[in-house]
Amino acid sequence: MLDGYEAVIGLEVHAELLTASKIFCGCSARFGAPPNTNVCPVCLGMPGVLPVLNRRVVEFAIRAGLATGCTIAEHSRFARKNYFYPDLSKGYQISMYEQPLCVGGGLDVVVEGVARRIGLTRIHMEEDTGKNIHDAHAAGSLVDFNRGGVPLLEIVSEPDMRSPAEAGAYLRALRSILQYLEICDGNMEEGSFRCDANCSVRRIGDRTLGTKVEIKNMNSFRNVERAVDFELARQVQALQQGEALHQETRLWDPDRSETRSMRSKESAHDYRYFPEPDLRPLVVDAAWVDAVRAALPELPPARRQRFEAAHGLSAYDADVLTQRKDVADYFEAMVAAGAGAKDAANWITTELLRIVREQKLDDALVIREWPIAPTRLAALARLVEGGTINRNTAKGLLPRLLGTDVDPAALVAAEGLAQVSDRDALDRAVRDVLARHPEQVEQFRSGKEKVLGFLVGQVMKTTGGKANPQVVQQLLRAALSS
Amino acid sequence: MAEPLHTLGARAAAERVRRGELSAAALTDAALARTAATEPTIGAFLTVCADEARAAAAEIDRRVAAGDDPGPLAGVPVGVKDIICTAGVRTTAASRILEHFVPAYDATVVERLRRAGAIVAGKVNCDEFAMGSSCENSALGTTRNPWDPARVAGGSSGGSAAAVASAACPVTLGTDTGGSIRLPAAFCGVVGIKPTYGRVSRYGVMAFASTLDQVGPLGRDVADTALVLGAIAGHDPRDATSSPRAVPNFVAAVEEGVRGLRLGLPREYFAAGLQPDVERAVRDTIRALEAAGASVTDVSLPHTEYAVATYYLVSSAEASSNLARYDGVRYGLRVEDAGGLGAMYAATRDAGFGAEVKRRIMLGTYALSAGYYDAFYGKAQQVRTLIRRDFEAALAGCDALVSPVAPSTAFRLGERLDDPLAMYLSDVLTLAVPLAGLPALSVPCGLDAAGLPIGFQVIGRAWDEATCFRVAGAVEASGVWTPRSPLP
Ligand SMILES: [Zn+2]
Repeated sequence: MLDGYEAVIGLEVHAELLTASKIFCGCSARFGAPPNTNVCPVCLGMPGVLPVLNRRVVEFAIRAGLATGCTIAEHSRFARKNYFYPDLSKGYQISMYEQPLCVGGGLDVVVEGVARRIGLTRIHMEEDTGKNIHDAHAAGSLVDFNRGGVPLLEIVSEPDMRSPAEAGAYLRALRSILQYLEICDGNMEEGSFRCDANCSVRRIGDRTLGTKVEIKNMNSFRNVERAVDFELARQVQALQQGEALHQETRLWDPDRSETRSMRSKESAHDYRYFPEPDLRPLVVDAAWVDAVRAALPELPPARRQRFEAAHGLSAYDADVLTQRKDVADYFEAMVAAGAGAKDAANWITTELLRIVREQKLDDALVIREWPIAPTRLAALARLVEGGTINRNTAKGLLPRLLGTDVDPAALVAAEGLAQVSDRDALDRAVRDVLARHPEQVEQFRSGKEKVLGFLVGQVMKTTGGKANPQVVQQLLRAALSS
Repeated sequence: MAEPLHTLGARAAAERVRRGELSAAALTDAALARTAATEPTIGAFLTVCADEARAAAAEIDRRVAAGDDPGPLAGVPVGVKDIICTAGVRTTAASRILEHFVPAYDATVVERLRRAGAIVAGKVNCDEFAMGSSCENSALGTTRNPWDPARVAGGSSGGSAAAVASAACPVTLGTDTGGSIRLPAAFCGVVGIKPTYGRVSRYGVMAFASTLDQVGPLGRDVADTALVLGAIAGHDPRDATSSPRAVPNFVAAVEEGVRGLRLGLPREYFAAGLQPDVERAVRDTIRALEAAGASVTDVSLPHTEYAVATYYLVSSAEASSNLARYDGVRYGLRVEDAGGLGAMYAATRDAGFGAEVKRRIMLGTYALSAGYYDAFYGKAQQVRTLIRRDFEAALAGCDALVSPVAPSTAFRLGERLDDPLAMYLSDVLTLAVPLAGLPALSVPCGLDAAGLPIGFQVIGRAWDEATCFRVAGAVEASGVWTPRSPLP
């Protein structure tokens, strides 16, 4: 695809943490409040104020580190990253630099059936900045500091990805883990899960890295893949035309589907990092790490394997069901309520997730208010499995069960929806249909098997959809061959 | 005849207020009247809080009448260095850039003073953002030395020292980064202590150099100073660098005497360059302490010659970052219509900061730059460790170190303004102490031939301010100095 060149991709993800309060003060970290209502002297950087580290942020960072196989540093420390910008209240951002909390580790991804491990360089904590609002006021720009001081994890991968698809798979796996840990909602559109990509190309076989370009401003998984794809092609084309690439930052323009230069490395900032003097070095002892580890949930890879082994699911089903912890929990609740594993998987992947998408429930980190309780969906599945109703009747009932606490079995009984399996009754219907459609009978007998479906449909119609389709088929075949 | 109220010490005044023998209102009025009389000559205050102080005094008197105990500093007027935030009262850091800044909150030390019954009488002058050794770097006026108004009060807490020396307030708060409490205390003939780093909260204190800054009290005598330190010290959950250690009773230590204490004389602090009067007075004081039962031994601080360079690199680097928030975006001075964001930053900071502050921001920015970090800031941190170990070694064999506070007594206004290096050397005997995070105190020990006060420095082990107060109490008890104001 890249004509003798190989892609080298590394990703930097900024994940906003779901702590109740900000990283260095007691202000609420919630999204969506009116501008400058979640602020105090500390996050506004007023003269004389000091940061105090939120212990919960450290706990979340340790969780993320353990879940991705990182080593948790016993001694780490914050640094100041100095630069001037209106949304930066203190003239510096408190981040980690030389001594991050989590180092090493990695994520396993499967792309087109090939398993790959993408290494992590580091995970560290930092504070988010405020937000500039332009064009809202004639006299100038405004700044909203609600987001200033919201805790972030910066998750830096090794340059281990070789295609846009791998980059996408890595991001999805990472978001899935953060959601499992319930530390980040993973919402790219709202900016709580942001990604910058470092891309370069080199001739296949080369060991040295090519000139690196950073791409910013990608607000969906699809845009990350498209932006990386575009950028790799641009670089290869430039090299083939004998042009030199230079290290720069480029912005992704989703409307024009291209990256364009933002600033060159020459004008890049000198951040003048130095250890943050207002915070003591962070000491995370083994007991703390052990306590966090003990409280970790089962993570997607382990759960996927268990679903395959214990429930006999296909790799595909197990993967779909375990991408989100809430969905996997739902599946297990259905099975516990008596649904067959394969049936439960089918109901979830075909019906439930469609409803969830339609109702935009999947924007939430964890769905706690499901439109239908797992016990109810299991009851519905059992009615089909036991032959009380057929699958079509069940699907037709589903919308009437959403948002209610009605027992599906009670509804079926009350409305007389139970399917008809009685052979005598059905046999009459079959003979009636055959008598009314001699043409189709003729076609079937001359070898046109497909007509059988039409005849089944006619029987279903005359029985108001309640007939057991398996029995109808048997009876039709018997009648036609006699 | 009763002594004038403004000459009452903090302990004496508070005791009388608590017993209902003296009203806080009378005490406050006396302080305000004294301030009005001395200010034209001295210029210690940037803001006099007359209305706020009278209201606070009335509240104290009401509580006493109701049978409440307003605390150990009941009714005591206190001057607060104008780099320490006071809710509703402008706090300027003696800088144009914050000339009209009114904080919405009290610094923790101010909150604690108020809780102890003290009354904030005014905000006192200092060098701009506490950078300086003479109080001449204030953008809002120069403070003069009450012992000789042609001379400097010392810096950067010159207003704090001059306010006590002129008897406008019995005690004040200052901050010490490289000697900024001890030097003006020595020049003005008052007592001042820089506590152990972490002993006093820095919350609400405009940062100069975060790893060095520490708030401390200045007072006319040792016990008053000890009383105020006890009131402001202790853990603050809003300052992650403040220590949870228990705060001992410092006032009790003042009376304990020095019998059995081993005092170290750092050889390098008695080197050539000391004004002869200063050396004589300090040595006389050491002999008086020996007579009171202390033993004396020579010690060495071998990395002293690197202290000035180390101090200026570390403090300027931190200052360059700490002062970045004064950018005209959210509060303070803004130069409008500069033409774009970058130009607004530049014009605001150019107009808002004085020459000394700019000099240090540039020095600090350079020292932290990519490519220079290791050679300057990184190296300075390594030397800082060596300096700290010097002190640890010296204090392993002694209970405290004693020395002069400054090589000379107060110099003339303007004398060193054009020679930054000569100005920096005023702090040569004080600025290694904050690099090591140790407590150190200045207590007057006599006058030079020109009638100017001489300061005696006591450097303690970490967390051992009590021993500093023991030694200082013994200096006072020896009779080499009687606490007094030079002004009539
Ligand atoms: Zn806040």
